[in-house]
Amino acid sequence: MTQQLETQLALTINGDRVRLQNIPLTTTLLDFLRLTGRVGTKEGCGDGDCGACTVAIVGTSVDGKPNYQAVNSCLIPLGSVVGREVITVEGVANGKLHPVQEAMVKLGGSQCGYCTPGFIMSMFAAYYDGKLDDVAVEGNLCRCTGYLPIRRAAQAAAAETPCDHFSDRLTEADADLMPYRFTGEGQFYRPTQLQEVLELLRDHPDATLVAGATDLGLELQRREFPVMISLEAVADLKTLVQTDEFVKIGAAVPLSHIETQLHGVFPCMDEMIHWFAARQVRNRATLGGNIGTASPIGDLPPVLLALDAELKLVSLEGERVMSLSRFFKGYRQTDLQPGEVIQSVWIPKGMMPGATQRLTQSYKIGKRGTDDISIVAAAYVVDLDSDKRVVHARLGYGGVAATPIRASVVEEFLIGQPWNADTVQQAKPMLYNAFTPLTDLRGSADYRKMLVANLFEKFFVEFAAAAGVEL
Amino acid sequence: MSLVGQRKSHESAEAHVSGKAVYTDDQRMPSGMLSIYPVLSPHARARILSIDTAPALDVDGVVTVLTAADVPGTNDTGVIRQDEPLFPTDEVSYWGQAIAWVVGETEDAARLGAAKVTAEYEPLEAVLTIKGAIAANSYHNDPQFIRRGEVDQAFAGSAHIIEGELEMNGQDHFYLETQASWVVPDMEGNYLVYSSTQHPSETQTIVARVLGVPTNRVVCTCLRMGGGFGGKESQANPMAAAAAVAAYKTGCPVRVKLERHHDMILTGKRHGFLGQYKVGFDSEGKILALDVALYAEGGWSLDLSPPVLMRAMLHVDNAYYIPNMLVRGLIVKTNRVSNTAYRGFGGPQGMLVIEDVVDRVARHLNLPPDLVRDRNFYHGEGDSNTTHYGQVLVDNRIARVWEEAKERASYAERDAAIAEFNQQNRYKKRGLAITPVKFGISFNKVQYNQAGALVHLYTDGSIQLNHGGTEMGQGLHTKMQQVATRALGVTLDRIRMMPTSTDKVPNTSATAASSGADLNGQAVKNACEILKSRLAPVAAKLLDFDAAEEMVFENNEVYCRTYPTARVSFDAVVQQAYGDRISLSATGFYRTPMIHWDPVTATGRPFYYFAYGAAVSEVEVDGFTGTFKLRQVDIVHDVGESLNPLVDQGQIEGGFVQGMGWLTMEELVWDDQGRLRTFAPSTYKIPTISEIPEQFHVHLIERASQDGTIFGSKAVGEPPFMLAMAVREAIRAAVAAFGNAPVVELAAPATPEATLRAIAAVQQATVSAEAALSSTPV
Repeated sequence: MTQQLETQLALTINGDRVRLQNIPLTTTLLDFLRLTGRVGTKEGCGDGDCGACTVAIVGTSVDGKPNYQAVNSCLIPLGSVVGREVITVEGVANGKLHPVQEAMVKLGGSQCGYCTPGFIMSMFAAYYDGKLDDVAVEGNLCRCTGYLPIRRAAQAAAAETPCDHFSDRLTEADADLMPYRFTGEGQFYRPTQLQEVLELLRDHPDATLVAGATDLGLELQRREFPVMISLEAVADLKTLVQTDEFVKIGAAVPLSHIETQLHGVFPCMDEMIHWFAARQVRNRATLGGNIGTASPIGDLPPVLLALDAELKLVSLEGERVMSLSRFFKGYRQTDLQPGEVIQSVWIPKGMMPGATQRLTQSYKIGKRGTDDISIVAAAYVVDLDSDKRVVHARLGYGGVAATPIRASVVEEFLIGQPWNADTVQQAKPMLYNAFTPLTDLRGSADYRKMLVANLFEKFFVEFAAAAGVEL
Repeated sequence: MSLVGQRKSHESAEAHVSGKAVYTDDQRMPSGMLSIYPVLSPHARARILSIDTAPALDVDGVVTVLTAADVPGTNDTGVIRQDEPLFPTDEVSYWGQAIAWVVGETEDAARLGAAKVTAEYEPLEAVLTIKGAIAANSYHNDPQFIRRGEVDQAFAGSAHIIEGELEMNGQDHFYLETQASWVVPDMEGNYLVYSSTQHPSETQTIVARVLGVPTNRVVCTCLRMGGGFGGKESQANPMAAAAAVAAYKTGCPVRVKLERHHDMILTGKRHGFLGQYKVGFDSEGKILALDVALYAEGGWSLDLSPPVLMRAMLHVDNAYYIPNMLVRGLIVKTNRVSNTAYRGFGGPQGMLVIEDVVDRVARHLNLPPDLVRDRNFYHGEGDSNTTHYGQVLVDNRIARVWEEAKERASYAERDAAIAEFNQQNRYKKRGLAITPVKFGISFNKVQYNQAGALVHLYTDGSIQLNHGGTEMGQGLHTKMQQVATRALGVTLDRIRMMPTSTDKVPNTSATAASSGADLNGQAVKNACEILKSRLAPVAAKLLDFDAAEEMVFENNEVYCRTYPTARVSFDAVVQQAYGDRISLSATGFYRTPMIHWDPVTATGRPFYYFAYGAAVSEVEVDGFTGTFKLRQVDIVHDVGESLNPLVDQGQIEGGFVQGMGWLTMEELVWDDQGRLRTFAPSTYKIPTISEIPEQFHVHLIERASQDGTIFGSKAVGEPPFMLAMAVREAIRAAVAAFGNAPVVELAAPATPEATLRAIAAVQQATVSAEAALSSTPV
């Protein structure tokens, strides 16, 4: 890791090298842009929920090549973008409007215009990825248009094949993250080796680990972070390995990579990732972060519980493996020890011995279908034998207890039972009473209890035909 | 060819997409600019015993702290009644009320300072709900009434009478740009206010009041807003006023840009309403009598609640002829945010009640709701085509939009297909519904229906266009440019649209009530015609004609109607006029004719005309979770002869989706301490692109020119919002299909939880009815 003097810290904004001087590296990229007069990028919420602050950064696609990624600049600390390339709304037009801008102008995609820079940047990134559709802009709120003209603009621009200096730039850009250490006030480290991370943690017990910063980013304006250690460049945390028996996902692999690389492997994971926040967040958020925050409403833990995932935890003392179901200790508490880091998540692929068929799905219920925090999330894995009896069952839930949790009692009850409507009707009252959730702004305790039971029946009904059983 | 009627893109569209459009807080900051940050009350209602601001002053960068003692003028920002202290002195009246504002060299410094300000309170009992207010007899005003016919007699003659109630949630505006104001003092006691405000004249007036200076000392300018929807009509004023007090005290320019959380906590929202009704009807479903009480939740201060309530009372008929009516209206006073203008301005709340009533009537008689709606429409002539406040529907287009919407949506075929689908599916049901909209256009208060414009011609032929309306995304400036190009016969490139400013056009009305283009368009046209009348003789002279009245201004040229080959350029005419010492600047003015209102009898013609529309929605509801998917929407809407179909279509689509949000997912949750729990987009969910249906069709009715309006166009800002009632009724139809109940109650918003409860109630009622039936001896 190279020591960086403050005068050497820089990033590239719209092709210009911009030095970072006299500014804390925990400042958000959004604040930095606006403080330096780049006011085209807007703050709509400061929470990563509206997308008005979206910019594009040059990152690495699943195939290892540089790509443009839409990200919420209100959540990213400057330290995370040191040495990187950022494109803002001011840099998109090159003499003439960019095709996504042109389409938005022509088709009435802007009204008040305040959300528009964010939409443009989401569309810009998707344009070069060949994925310019509704999903590309799910993380951008517009209160004026009702989205129709934006959808039309996206469709119009998507019809074009990118061939311009931005696509050229991708062929030569270096998206590899430069390691650095900044030891001035507000220390920031970006190591490449896991060993370095562990040593830094030993030397700075008050350090905060940061990967995508999609959760931590909310805190940037609200508290001090004396030492930050970025995991983004740590190769050992960024690998995704697949064999016939298992999948191993590095803790710092962004969800957008998992979404692509594992597509079709775990249907219940595919479904949940689809409902996981929106594009800007999935480009940055990591599996390790989603587990490490131990939020009871994290989207992926119920899925990972249902899949019997195990965690590999490493520290200077060595490494240990533990099942995810034992990892969560209480509300936002885990078994992670000081100096310890989540290295990877291991997910077995096969069915239980004796099973001939696996049924699996996940569900997420929120007030709004898209980009909402769940009221209840559920993930199910049920293995059946050739007599349609249950040989293995995992029912993972979120939003119903202090931690993501399995309905263990019901899982045990199901073993050996025939997979039919009677069994499900017996399981439903057990599920209704399995947890004692809270009433909060998202939903009442009773609604949550109803969902715990009803979602299981929904799962049964939706897969009855596939299972070859009667409703 | 004239630009009027063209699908012209928003005049700022290129600036929007390239990040060059400047909003209030995007301007280059003057040196020494300070920021302010609020200190919020932790109680819904409490006596203020003391405020200690001293600790804040120890924070690096804190300049001072503002409290009531710093107000040089009147410590009040109330717009109808002065009941709204800018800084509370004795009591705090809602959770989150700003008790002080900290002034800092940076926003960070002010924020850190605000955390240090402490206050002692003695909590007092708070009123936190509409029903709680009714029980406590807590009202802002005396009851209002509208009466028609003989209600008691009509009930006596009704074959069926049912009673019910509907309580509906408010709505946060969630404009993407939060409240923002800059106040720049000069050294001579004058203040330049830049504000994201829909009502610059009122912001000017309130700032002057708070500073204790004559209005002419304050100029208020609105560059553009990042959305308004009514939320920056009166709500912009307190922020501007607080910044003005800071500017007065420090002599420095001061900015305020609310954080999203603060914006949602501090500012007023759409009024929640409680509607209680008794309806009498015949066996055909024709409503004979309606007694309805509307309770609007005003919140802690009066704000704009009286006209909001009145518009609700004037729209509780929606499109239906109800021969005997008693409408009562009350504004309850609670310890929550002071509710305010929001797109529709009470109209949606009144209309939601009558749509609930009509559905009750239909299901009670086991008739299709669309049939019962149709049977009750205003129709014919005389009483059956006259509203409950005595206004005749001069150009009644209800049947026209209704029939056209049904036809375009293939309503009958899909209704049958959905019935079939619902037979086949036990766990998910589809619902189809059509609802009408009739919405009155004009400010209820007659005096607001006036507008001004100011047009300057420069000697090079370039033009500055000013008018009293503000641009919040609705495309008003675009339409005004279109009007001016046509009225002056020039091309668009000559016209610079100026920011709205009270030193250019004074004493303006709010850009509200959908009236922006109607009022300002006529004023712009008037100013342009005055200029043309001055230029015409000059042009005639240049062309060697006598008849100035025969001059045609077109495409930057002027010619004589009868001899079009001889032409002179617009520039040459302007230069000659200057040389002839003819004024090249003109003000335009407009007041809406024919409108009047008698508040004593609650009768008159409050609306210049009505806008009409109808929407068909289809949803699918999941019986396990209560979630729904909007499958298809077909809208037919009346905008008269559209000034700009691209802009108008955008208003319709956007209004509809906003209305859908209000009715289905946007839930304001307060706890039992009166604390708002949904003050961020993580907890308050407005629709995203994925909530809109793949099939979404909007059709503007054709050959629909409206008499007496600017180029035959109609207002479009608010009416489409209420088209979203079709989504609610479609959800209700799907819920109903889970059983066979004579009543299908549905909460507003119909969240998944509320919908699942409604399904359970329907299933329960069906089981009970079947049990009762089977136990009946044959």
